[in-house]
Amino acid sequence: MGTTRIPGGVETTVLGADEIILNMGPQHPSTHGVLRVKLRLDGEKVAGSECVIGYLHRGVEKIAEHRNYQQFAPYVDRMDYIAAVSNGLGYCEAVEKLLGVEAPPRARVIRTILTELGRIASHLFWLGTHALDIGALTPLFYCLREREEILKIYENYCGARLTTHAFRVGGLQYEAYDEFEKDVERFCKEFDRRVNEYEALLTENRIWVGRTKGIGILSAHDAIAMGVTGPVLRASGVQWDLRKAIPYAAYDQFEFSIPTGKNGDTYDRYLVRMEEMRQSRNICLQAIEKIPTGPILGKVGKVLKPPPGEVYHSIEAPKGELGYYIVSDGTTQPYRVRIRPPSLINLEALDQMVRGHLVADVVAIIGTLDIVLGEVDR
Amino acid sequence: MDLNAILQWPHLVPLICALAIVLVLPLVAGYIVLVERKVMADMQVRLGPMRVGPHGLLQPIADALKLLLKEDIIPENADRYIFWLAPLISVTAAMLALSTVPIGPVFLIADLNIGLLFILGVGALGIFGIVLGGWASNSHYSLLGALRSAAQLVSYETSAGMAVVGALLLAGTLSTKAIVERQAQDGVWFIFAAPVGFFVYLVASIAETNRAPFDMPEAESELVAGYMTEYSGFRWALYFLAEYTNMIVVASIATTLFLGGYLRPFAGTPLFDFLDYLPALLLLLVAGYCFYRVPKQPVGVQKGFMAVVGLLCGGMALLLALPAAAPAGSLLAGAKPGLHGAFWFVAKVGAYLYVFMWLRFTFPRYRFDQLMRLGWQFLLPVGMVNLAGIAVALALHRGLGWGVVPSFALTTALTVAVAAYLVWIGEKQEVRKIGEEETAGNA
Repeated sequence: MGTTRIPGGVETTVLGADEIILNMGPQHPSTHGVLRVKLRLDGEKVAGSECVIGYLHRGVEKIAEHRNYQQFAPYVDRMDYIAAVSNGLGYCEAVEKLLGVEAPPRARVIRTILTELGRIASHLFWLGTHALDIGALTPLFYCLREREEILKIYENYCGARLTTHAFRVGGLQYEAYDEFEKDVERFCKEFDRRVNEYEALLTENRIWVGRTKGIGILSAHDAIAMGVTGPVLRASGVQWDLRKAIPYAAYDQFEFSIPTGKNGDTYDRYLVRMEEMRQSRNICLQAIEKIPTGPILGKVGKVLKPPPGEVYHSIEAPKGELGYYIVSDGTTQPYRVRIRPPSLINLEALDQMVRGHLVADVVAIIGTLDIVLGEVDR
Repeated sequence: MDLNAILQWPHLVPLICALAIVLVLPLVAGYIVLVERKVMADMQVRLGPMRVGPHGLLQPIADALKLLLKEDIIPENADRYIFWLAPLISVTAAMLALSTVPIGPVFLIADLNIGLLFILGVGALGIFGIVLGGWASNSHYSLLGALRSAAQLVSYETSAGMAVVGALLLAGTLSTKAIVERQAQDGVWFIFAAPVGFFVYLVASIAETNRAPFDMPEAESELVAGYMTEYSGFRWALYFLAEYTNMIVVASIATTLFLGGYLRPFAGTPLFDFLDYLPALLLLLVAGYCFYRVPKQPVGVQKGFMAVVGLLCGGMALLLALPAAAPAGSLLAGAKPGLHGAFWFVAKVGAYLYVFMWLRFTFPRYRFDQLMRLGWQFLLPVGMVNLAGIAVALALHRGLGWGVVPSFALTTALTVAVAAYLVWIGEKQEVRKIGEEETAGNA
């Protein structure tokens, strides 16, 4: 079954063994939902792969055309349900852009805090499941323990834990609850120690390093060519983060750095996300210090009726660039909403990343891309 | 036939032991699973099974019942007979291997003079169950799992063999009971004479039983359930039983060879004779805890159950305490080696299995090629050097009259040095390999 490289660089198969097609998913423990990957295997080596998506397609974009602007907001939470807050932020800001209004400063800072907590929650969930895919059972539970604290803050803030629908077009519906700052601060203070704990379990673990270093390398050139964004792009060494590049919400008020990797392998993506969690924590700590007072909802009417036109607004969701392209025909319902989901675009890099690796690495690479199928299929 | 003749019958004890093993083993395996889940829960800041019985104590029985009642599915394209036969082979092989394990000086089915060879040989037959099962299922996942399993078992059997031979050099016999007796005579467990050998056996035995971090064949996140993917219901339970029995078998081998089998710690030193009361004390503690928890159980049935568990532990404590306290020469004192031997044996096996669990919940999984590299490029050479080291130490001690401690310390140090060198070499190769992949990836 071995392959041999003859002079001239052509790869030929000796022993004449057939390639087998292995179907992973849509029901498979580590395809993160209902992703289906058809693998062409030479022994255990991956010769090619093909993603089959659409098992979770709910027609979110089409639904938008039959709801008015406020009514559609809860639907976006169901795309990337691991970081629902980010979806809501992107949509609300896009509609605000279309309307030509701005959220008041207080609302923007609170939005930033909640979104950054969402980023931490999303990365925690990613870390737990990624480690589980590679066979480390225990980090998952530690990660969920911390994520639970964040969900509790959400619950106290708006009553929902997962699909929060935390923001409204024009600002916030709810004022921050009394203990909000204290809860966030307590979480952030504790969180630093906890991240160090995870790193102690994994970062220098020989097996972990062996399983992730040099696996699924994506060069900066390829990453840009395929439109990959988010931590996956940054791990390839490109310092591109919409929070800095095109600041939105209140990000221009806070100090934070953009961690980048060097090799663009699974290990670098792991390190980048770990550092991003720390940076998000720093942003939260800075933000609770200076939440301005004032109104939380801008001047928007009860009925949203944007002028005809179109707008594209994108934010840095935990998984990459999440963009909303909204076309208005002047009525109360959008004419068209097109969503650019980071998971879908990042998933396109999968084939190139898995080629030549073993089946076990495919699982690691799917994990490292951090996809959510709700967002891929929409 | 009068009672005396029956008692004199040479096959009586083996028969009772065999029956006990066949009847009790499934229960033991079930409770090992429960302990594993509890240990896992403890390490993962949660409670684990709590619903069936107090503290989930009846969970294994509920699980077994569920598996028995489950629909038994044979895939349409499977080879029916082999599919049916494969789990049986696995279980039979695993159980047969237990027949020469000395659980106590008396509790031993067969004291073969090739005992250890028998365990290794019969234990290795279990691989047929895995390969045939994987093949007969007619599924890609099963086939890949079975192939991985076969390759892994063959690779690590050699390393384990090297470690075992090292200990055999020290014992000078293959009979399992004689090996333990030899450790009693020498006054030292072989783990202290051959620590590297024990380490090699520990790693190899984890790999041999397909446990994490070497659980390639059933790597859940990759191959769903490996060779067991297509199995369900009772057949699946048989595979599970075989897996846990195999764990018990390797733990028993390690206990017998390296940890002094059924011997008490410091067995030959009268100064430590108070340790004879330790088993009874431990069980009394458990019993006391059970009674302490009785009023805290929510339902009457659970209260009763907890009390019964406490009584059982108390009874066992009594059983262990009486022979230890009885005057020498009495009938009760005669039962002491058997009862206490069994206790120490089970305690050591339990400790060994705890290490298995601990590692499983701490480490990520190796990849298949890394596993092979570890087996052939590290474990096997270290095993061989360890074997040579023990031979040299014995030659120094017996031939040249060196003291025991200097000769074994010297060779152990040399073996560790070789192992460190191998780690260093492996690291260098790894770095080079990553470097090549990087250039290939950027090209």
